Amino acid sequence: MTAAPVVAARELSRRFGPFVAVDRVSFDVAPGEVFGFLGSNGAGKTTTIRMLCGLLAPSSGHATVLGLDIARQADEVKRRIGYMSQRFSLYTDLTVDENLRFWGGAYGLFGAALGRRADWAIAIAGLAGLRSALVRELPGGFRQRLALGAALLHEPPVVFLDEPTGGVDPEARRRFWDLIDDLSAGGTTVFVTTHYMDEAERCHRVALMHAGRLLALDTVPALKGVFPAGAVVEIACARAPQALGELESFAGVSEAALFGERLHAVLDDPARREELAGRLDAAGFGPVEARPITPSLEDAFIHTIRLAGEDKTGSGARGPGSEAAGLGSGVRGPGSGTHPPEDARPGGTA
Amino acid sequence: MIRRTLAIAVKELLQLRRDPRTSLTLLGMPMLLLLIYGYALSFDIVHIRLAVIDHDGGRAARDVRAAFLESGYFDLVAHGRDERVLDGLFDTGDVQAALVIPADYGTALAAGRQVRVQFVLDGADAQTATTILGYARQIVASVSPVLRGTATNGPVLVRPLVWYNPDLSSSRFLVPGLVAFILMVTSVIATALAVVREKERGTMESLRATPLLALELLVGKTLPYLLVASVSAAGSLFLAWALFDVPVRGSLAWLAVVTLLFLGGGLGWGVLISTLADTQQVAFQVGLITSMLPTLLLSGFIFPISSMPAPVQVITHIVPARYFLVALRGIVLKGAGPEVWWPEALALLAFGAVILGAATVRTVRSL
Repeated sequence: MTAAPVVAARELSRRFGPFVAVDRVSFDVAPGEVFGFLGSNGAGKTTTIRMLCGLLAPSSGHATVLGLDIARQADEVKRRIGYMSQRFSLYTDLTVDENLRFWGGAYGLFGAALGRRADWAIAIAGLAGLRSALVRELPGGFRQRLALGAALLHEPPVVFLDEPTGGVDPEARRRFWDLIDDLSAGGTTVFVTTHYMDEAERCHRVALMHAGRLLALDTVPALKGVFPAGAVVEIACARAPQALGELESFAGVSEAALFGERLHAVLDDPARREELAGRLDAAGFGPVEARPITPSLEDAFIHTIRLAGEDKTGSGARGPGSEAAGLGSGVRGPGSGTHPPEDARPGGTA
Repeated sequence: MIRRTLAIAVKELLQLRRDPRTSLTLLGMPMLLLLIYGYALSFDIVHIRLAVIDHDGGRAARDVRAAFLESGYFDLVAHGRDERVLDGLFDTGDVQAALVIPADYGTALAAGRQVRVQFVLDGADAQTATTILGYARQIVASVSPVLRGTATNGPVLVRPLVWYNPDLSSSRFLVPGLVAFILMVTSVIATALAVVREKERGTMESLRATPLLALELLVGKTLPYLLVASVSAAGSLFLAWALFDVPVRGSLAWLAVVTLLFLGGGLGWGVLISTLADTQQVAFQVGLITSMLPTLLLSGFIFPISSMPAPVQVITHIVPARYFLVALRGIVLKGAGPEVWWPEALALLAFGAVILGAATVRTVRSL
């Protein structure tokens, strides 16, 4: 990274009473980068993004956006960035056109310039012919693209998207991410939070957030490189949920998790794969098939969280298998039980 | 700055247009309430059930009876020649008052002697009884000189001369208060809901992420409601004139200025509530209670401030309707100019400024 970073956070922290939502987070985002923040609900993603957008003052540490201090120059930051909040940020009782005109006006756009940018937003959102449709009549995917267009009316060099594809079908999500790629190609920096692994895979770099801490930050291939070759094994067997307990008790398995109908296990020694399969077979979960796989980002995520947990406790003992197992679907995540969801926390609104 | 404020105001108007229920409520409710309360709320006592016991039966006696009935306050429900029926009639409440004319009424008058008629009253409701007695005295006083003819005047005679409201109609006094009351309640609630709605829908977060300043947001939000409330106020005053015979004797321009000042305070109060409340339900309830009760009880709308206990009188100074009522009644009933009510106008201006300032500070802090 030679160019000056668009976003630079240093030891950025935010506490809500005794609860530490964001704990000494530091990172740089390069111009034109698609920078992903991956983590479960309550990991501190939204709190971080709200601090960067000047909506929430940091408790300690500092950050700059486009070289502007987020605490002291919040108004200037707001003028120059785009922001799409997690909650729906359009007026459903206004039309597409009225929404664009309002949000443009809120950024001080008017007249011909506003008209031109509204046309552009309509075009990128694929809403031609729907200008006078009420937003409440649009499907979720259309609204999401419109909200993105509205956040980009004033041509900000950087845009912050907080879980932009929540509640949208996979096809609409794909189209939304195509838009993000286009923006990035055009030089716009995109800072996006998500808890979808497939979305994170489309980012140039991904920061893994867990319980307020930034555990890892790298490209997706590099994040997956935390495992030795052959260490991640996919197991197909009978009664997979019950087999998980058996798997966890096996001395050579450092992690195990349920992925749909199958199990993923991380072996301390890749050579013990057949031995493991035999043991599950003997325990009555046959037929068992175990094969080495390329680890997914989710495997890497779980692994990283476990390593961080060990660092914290200072013991080499295996982390609680149940925590890792809870992440199987990729939607729920570790910590979701122990930290309140960000929406429920005070200080967000009021 | 002005452009961003306008963007908010235009958006708010568009939303109001899409929401006919709210706009109809804002426009129609004040006038509807005025209709309902205007007819129901009256201190005037009419249709008093009167019994006449006429022992004389002559022409002079009929004249005094006619004077009572023609006054418009009394309805004749019974008449006869025997007082003993009165006991039963008063007991059942069939009559509220009785006029008893003595047998020598006509002859005494003809002889130029003083004569007494008896007026019997149901005093259970002292307030009503006092009013009825007042009517009776007035009527008798008005017939006496005629009957007296050439007789000499008594030593002292009171000739009442009531200014501004010669027939002492209570609606002249109450309807302006009602207008103030209704405008206060609707303006507070309308704005309180308008800001809290943004919070509930989650759009507030997006608004905060824009360069919009708190003051721009609040002023932009308030302007459309000020417009709607002004229309509503004009409609209410028109109705007051058309239906309740409440004249606007003073200048319409001054009336508009004072009303705008008052509405500004009410709308500001609504905005302040909205910065404290998180749900529309809470905003509605707080708005209703804090606008309705003080305006009803502490503004001089119904209960005169001068007869309140001293500590309560102090509290009335923070009720904006108190000032508005003085100015409104002054302009409407007396045709008074700003030289009379400028302190009240100033108080309204101060109230609005303080409230909007507080709301802005609250909004900035919550960022």
